[in-house]
Amino acid sequence: MSFQGGGGYYLLMGILAILSLVGLNAYAKQFVAGLESTGLTDQVSWGAYIANFTFLVGVAAAAVMLVIPAYVYKNKAMHEVVLFGELMAIAVIVMCLLFVTVDLGRPDRFLHLIPPFGKMNFPISMLSWDVIVLNGYLILNLHICGYLLYCKFRGKQPTKKFYVPVVFIAIIWAVSIHTVTAFLYVGLAGRPFWNHPIVAPRFLASAFAAGPALLIITFQFIRKMAHFTISNESILLLRKIITVAMLVNIFLLGCEVFTEFYSGTYHVVSAQYLFLGLHGHDKLVPWIWAAISMNAVAMILLVLPVSQKLGVLNIACLLLFVGIWIEKGMGLIIPGFVPTPLGQVVEYQPTLNETLICMGIWAFGALVYSWMLRMAIPILKGQLSASPGKA
Amino acid sequence: MANQSGTKPSQPSPGAGSAPVQSRRTFLKAAGAGVAGVAGLVAALKPLLELESGQITLSDLLQKHYKELSQDDLDRIMARLAEKCENEYGVKPNMRDVSANDGVEFGYALSLTKCVGCRRCAHACLAENNQSRNDEEDINMSYIRVLQMKKGAINVETSDQYYEGEVPTDETFYMPVQCHQCRESPCTKACPVEATWQEPDGVVVVDYNWCIGCRYCMAACPYDARRFNWGKPKVPQDVVNPNQNYLSNRIRPSGVVEKCTFCLHRTREGRYPACLEVCPTGARVFGNLLDPESEINYILKNKRVYILKEDSGTLPRFYYFFG
Repeated sequence: MSFQGGGGYYLLMGILAILSLVGLNAYAKQFVAGLESTGLTDQVSWGAYIANFTFLVGVAAAAVMLVIPAYVYKNKAMHEVVLFGELMAIAVIVMCLLFVTVDLGRPDRFLHLIPPFGKMNFPISMLSWDVIVLNGYLILNLHICGYLLYCKFRGKQPTKKFYVPVVFIAIIWAVSIHTVTAFLYVGLAGRPFWNHPIVAPRFLASAFAAGPALLIITFQFIRKMAHFTISNESILLLRKIITVAMLVNIFLLGCEVFTEFYSGTYHVVSAQYLFLGLHGHDKLVPWIWAAISMNAVAMILLVLPVSQKLGVLNIACLLLFVGIWIEKGMGLIIPGFVPTPLGQVVEYQPTLNETLICMGIWAFGALVYSWMLRMAIPILKGQLSASPGKA
Repeated sequence: MANQSGTKPSQPSPGAGSAPVQSRRTFLKAAGAGVAGVAGLVAALKPLLELESGQITLSDLLQKHYKELSQDDLDRIMARLAEKCENEYGVKPNMRDVSANDGVEFGYALSLTKCVGCRRCAHACLAENNQSRNDEEDINMSYIRVLQMKKGAINVETSDQYYEGEVPTDETFYMPVQCHQCRESPCTKACPVEATWQEPDGVVVVDYNWCIGCRYCMAACPYDARRFNWGKPKVPQDVVNPNQNYLSNRIRPSGVVEKCTFCLHRTREGRYPACLEVCPTGARVFGNLLDPESEINYILKNKRVYILKEDSGTLPRFYYFFG
């Protein structure tokens, strides 16, 4: 009923379900064989899973770019769509948790992470912080979305004290999930490529560009598929946010590149590997330049008035999303391991099985999001209600 | 949007009111989708049938952290591990848990002047510690990586770990690198589940039955000292070392991290590490840092000592020296 015509929705869900199952099948194989089925090595011990995880934490945090205008600045247009951003945060956090889980060598021991069954190394290990902030963010958003939709469904006015404080906690929490995830890397003195303070601010800047870019595209999709009124005003406000975030992101990239290459200390080798290749090893070079080109084109389009047209804006958003996915994913994780702390250059290439698992998680995330929209949109439109007759 | 709740449309919305006519068809569709879904799920999970029996057992899942085990628990677990080793690798091990001695802090020093790069230490490490290997020559899982480095500077960027031919050569010198058993150990800080820690004698150990395999410790280590079991370890029956210890050289399960323990099962009983014993040049010096008369303390007091990656603030218990 929300995706009028029905057929399109079921086709989409069917395809996503099949892709998710293909991913699950690949994971079942990995579960039996061990991480041997990936392209990872002792030298490059994190790869596609952690890269996607890192990128997606940013996308999840970006919901806050809807929440702040909606709740702090009381922007009406944003208020109408803010729930879609929060629902996306839920789906994306689920993806993040899945990406971390598939990366574990012993997923059967995941309870070791969770008190009181386990022995969480809190507050020393940044990874224990990450477990807390990610799950906390998931719970906060589940509460906000669940409560607002429930009230709407029952035909009640939501009671402010039950959700507004949570919204404000979630704003700070969103910043924390991305900062803590950045600190996972920043805290490692043995990896100079990650061990500098600009990584966390850059994480936030790129996240606040990539996340809203995905939302812009999603909003138009919802508008078209579900006939849900979303004003252009909210989309164009997001455009402004993305533009600023992108400018900051590119500026910080410039700072990073300058520091590395101008001073040319031995720290530069990882950046050299990423941008230019090292001793003939250059698997990442075409990727990073593709990413930089996409980001550059997106930024130019965004600052020009022409991107007020949705067609152009969509192109910019798509380029930016893919560009940041490459740069904040593989472009950030892999060079941290190349060369190794002992100067060894080993390149990483994901295997087919690994790629299928990644694809499966992306499909599953989209499935979860579509399913949540399917529930939420009729409620928001007033079509689905506990007491359709009265009120 | 909030005030819309008061203005419900008086007509039933599309879909909501048409239930009775469509219910049978809707039910059949839903049932069909359900059956297809379950079938798909079963098909997707089919590879799990290939799990070896005993690969994951309930007692493994319920096992507590090493530090919380009673002696009885530990004895039972070690008996189980010994049995597993016998079943899977064909060798019945003597499984023990040797504790640290009071008043001992181990330190290790290696002479860059004497080392000739023969890599006997790396091979001896494998023979002692039951690491996985594909063949006799495969020392990737050895806890020691020997760097062949260009003379003129100590710069790991000029190093080669896969050098072949006669050693030493005129243009190079050699730097074996293994776990530095750091006082400020980034790996133990990184571990989210306290599966790795510093023992009272300074040795950094891993509880292989507690490690979740996240590999954050590997990312944290500035010395590339940790190895991961990407699959089930391959140790041929004829090279299994049957003298095994819970926190050091027992055969590891799949999916966990392992590392050098200064051969604690030997050194805690007054023997030398396997890598020292095999060294033909006497480049390696091992001993108790708390004993002022020990040879290691003599080296630290009297030689020119070099600390690898001193700038990472790890305060290692492993030193290089000249002379």
